[in-house]
Amino acid sequence: MLDTDPSRSQSIVDIQGISRSFGDKLALDNITLSVPQGGVFGLIGGNGAGKTTIIKHILGMLKAQQGTVRVFGLDPVQYPVETLGRIGYLSEDRELPDWMRLSELMRYTQAFFPKWDEAYAEELRLAFDLDKNAKVKTLSRGQRARAGLLIALAYRPDLLLLDEPSSGLDPVVRRDILGAIIRTIADEGRTVLFSSHLLDEVERVADRVAIIHQGRILLTASMEEIKERHRRMTLRFEHAVERPPMLIGTLSTTGQGNEWTYVLNGESAALRHAAEAVGATIVEDSGLTLDEIFVTRIQG
Amino acid sequence: MQIHISTNDGVPIYVQVVNQIKFLVASGRLSAGDELPPIRVLAAKLLINPNTVARAYRELETAGIVEKRRTAGTFVSEQGSPLARRERIKILTERIDTLLAEASHMGVTFDDVMKLVEQRYAAIQSTRQEE
Repeated sequence: MLDTDPSRSQSIVDIQGISRSFGDKLALDNITLSVPQGGVFGLIGGNGAGKTTIIKHILGMLKAQQGTVRVFGLDPVQYPVETLGRIGYLSEDRELPDWMRLSELMRYTQAFFPKWDEAYAEELRLAFDLDKNAKVKTLSRGQRARAGLLIALAYRPDLLLLDEPSSGLDPVVRRDILGAIIRTIADEGRTVLFSSHLLDEVERVADRVAIIHQGRILLTASMEEIKERHRRMTLRFEHAVERPPMLIGTLSTTGQGNEWTYVLNGESAALRHAAEAVGATIVEDSGLTLDEIFVTRIQG
Repeated sequence: MQIHISTNDGVPIYVQVVNQIKFLVASGRLSAGDELPPIRVLAAKLLINPNTVARAYRELETAGIVEKRRTAGTFVSEQGSPLARRERIKILTERIDTLLAEASHMGVTFDDVMKLVEQRYAAIQSTRQEE
């Protein structure tokens, strides 16, 4: 679990140059993505960015029109049993069979997964406070998400794949989901891939992040690297300027007169040096939240 | 051990954990020999990635604030260590700087600040004796 060097561990998901069109709309444009074993990978992007389309390729629900998809080293379209049997999946709409009782849903799912852990399933049911006699149809939105999470977790999948797991849920259920993600990787070797537009959650739990925008990957790196390589610096110039001088790594500038705030990408020391080289005084230098980095990146 | 994580101000989460544990040690709410929670336990409690907690513990170990005992866990180091003392001085220095800056804004002289410090010290001493 700890100190996993992504270059050394093998990839659980390996996507090479996939593109996908729906009609004349290009949904994915040459996506290359590698999810290393044993961490939490966050796929972030706005609505319609292409996150769900990527996830459907990983599940083998869509066949790559161009490029290759490998999950545990296999093509998920050709080997659905071998790949899906090791993935715990919770979709954004949390589709579950409405006519079943929870106990029936658990038995039904168990039949598909030899590794189903009955004791663990029961432990999750109690922790999530779910009534086993309740019909799925009668569950509230939060209970439905918990039930979906239960059946995705109970066979201890090697890959937990969650598509917008928190969307539309109250904070208590969102905490359950984050807790489940953390417990999953705390068990050695297991991997989580989740998509989200709630970036404070991604910042808490993800090791690695890919920013998707309009079907393309704008940035993929470790969370640590992303946080370290983006700075907000406010510079004071001796004289008022119409337009601030462009410094190396500038992503955006706001301000007026002799005080301008830059969002910069690069090594902290090099950025400070560049600012001083144009005769500016650094009056503020701070990190950014993932949310701010994301917004700057997609506007750039 | 109370730690609060915020994702609103751009400070990396491991830095928040490091700073708050340093503060708990320096302020005496964690003492020498106290055990820190295991990495997984703290990660689950704060809802953050276990690798982030591991990184924070490594930084604290390098700074001499905590020490790993073989197979046993992570413990707060002896307070006499020069690094822990330096850390306490650093925290106090920041507080004093803030105090002096505020006093200056309010037009209170340095001598008056010192008098006030002495008065407060005497007040705290007398309540302690009553206990």
